[in-house]
Amino acid sequence: MNALRGLSRPLITAGGFLALWWIFASVTAVPAYLLPGPWSVAQALWNQRDLLFWSALVTFGEVIAGLFIGTVLGALFGLMIVFSPLMQRWLMPLLLLSQAIPVFALAPLLVLWFGFGMASKIVMAVLVIFFPVTAAFADGLRRTDRGLLDLAATMNASPLSVLRHVRLPAALPAFGSGLRVAAAIAPIGAIIGEWVGSSAGLGYVMLNANARIETDVMLAALLVLSVMTIVLWVVVDRLLRRVLFWVPDTTASV
Amino acid sequence: MYTRADCASVIARRPVRAPMLRAADPGGEIALADTHILPQPSMTAPTPGAASSGIVISDLTLRFGARTIFDGLKLVVAPETFVVLLGTSGVGKSSLLKIVAGLARPTAGRVTTTDGGPLTGHVAYMGQTDLLYPWLTVAANVTVGARLRGNKPDPSRALHLLERVGLADRAQALPSELSGGMRQRAAIARTLYEDRPIVLMDEPFSALDTFTRARIQDLAAELLSGRTVLMITHDPLEACRLGDHLLVLSGTPATLGPPITVRGATPRAPDDPELLRTQGRLMTLLTPQAPR
Repeated sequence: MNALRGLSRPLITAGGFLALWWIFASVTAVPAYLLPGPWSVAQALWNQRDLLFWSALVTFGEVIAGLFIGTVLGALFGLMIVFSPLMQRWLMPLLLLSQAIPVFALAPLLVLWFGFGMASKIVMAVLVIFFPVTAAFADGLRRTDRGLLDLAATMNASPLSVLRHVRLPAALPAFGSGLRVAAAIAPIGAIIGEWVGSSAGLGYVMLNANARIETDVMLAALLVLSVMTIVLWVVVDRLLRRVLFWVPDTTASV
Repeated sequence: MYTRADCASVIARRPVRAPMLRAADPGGEIALADTHILPQPSMTAPTPGAASSGIVISDLTLRFGARTIFDGLKLVVAPETFVVLLGTSGVGKSSLLKIVAGLARPTAGRVTTTDGGPLTGHVAYMGQTDLLYPWLTVAANVTVGARLRGNKPDPSRALHLLERVGLADRAQALPSELSGGMRQRAAIARTLYEDRPIVLMDEPFSALDTFTRARIQDLAAELLSGRTVLMITHDPLEACRLGDHLLVLSGTPATLGPPITVRGATPRAPDDPELLRTQGRLMTLLTPQAPR
């Protein structure tokens, strides 16, 4: 019952959006190569299901690998800049530089260096993902409740023990926030990589469809991509809620 | 200005004998002549499991830049004595307690046990909030000290202590599922689990409503008897209910006023005549310093 109510809102939004789209397309009679109706996109989705499925799998693989590596790297960087002033001085400018250069501008170089395969896309996804994780985690590690640290100090805890039992768990909610952002933006890196140079993946399908003015296929690929991103975000969110069971939740569930 | 600070206060639960004074004065810095000796008729004298130990604060000075918080503070708290420290906000009570707890460094001076050793490993600390780790169950919070030291926690002892504070049925609950009073009781159980001879408390019950606070005070008086307690509070009633001796910290730089001794077993009833008299005295002592 609750799940039904939770689902009804996105369904109504999607239905309304489809209706508006359909009305707009039929009333204005825009040529199909500019804006195909919902029905032709649905047909493209069905006719190209094999291609879309395998392409989505490639993109999904890139995103997951990027998310994993980016999260691990982000956590490591976060730990380093919080606990080593030296690391903070040397690493922080580099991290900022990596974000100052748009991934789009780096994409051709990365494709040149890492090839047309999945590697260059994973590198791009990692570049997009690690920074929010680092920033959020470092912030969480710095904001440990002074009282909890004081208590641990009077209990003769070693610094390593304080890190393991106090600072890390206390920083997990912030880390989770970073991970949620990362999950939502992870596909950006992968798709940009595929647009610049690839032989597989949803970005590759879209690029080809675009060149052949198969706008319905393009939109179908876009739809698959957004569904994939939303599912990824929801899964990450649910996992985090389970791990962070102790965080008082004052927000409504999605 | 320093007339009151110049004399150290020796606070004793039992009549003070010479050997004890010597033990409480390892450096020989505290002369008998300028020392407040406050013998108190011994009442109930339970001996705790841990060896009892008092606190010796010698010539403690704390400066933040040009600001002197206190200068040459002296205080001797005899073992198994409940001492309450009062004072207006910002006078330096918490800083003093943090130094005693080993959480902050003084500019000069030192704090030792009455045996002359460092306080490390002898103190348990209760802060202004319950300081329960939100990701641990109540039972795990009670044993958190063992976990932090890398020792094996003793769940049966934790459960026994939770029984004593009346929380045995909530052992597996998360702190966020408890009321403020319950959380504070869990914090007391955690403090007792540490089994340290000295307990430092920084306004531990200030977040509770009056009636819950009164109940927790009863519990604290019962469970902390036999330990040396140094407690900060803003609440004169709380001070008079729990303390064997009350000290007022006031002025800039802050100095300790002459100790006020409250007679009678703790926790004292809120309408105890001795308590009411002392409470009135405290109010007159503290009120003129309140910001207007």
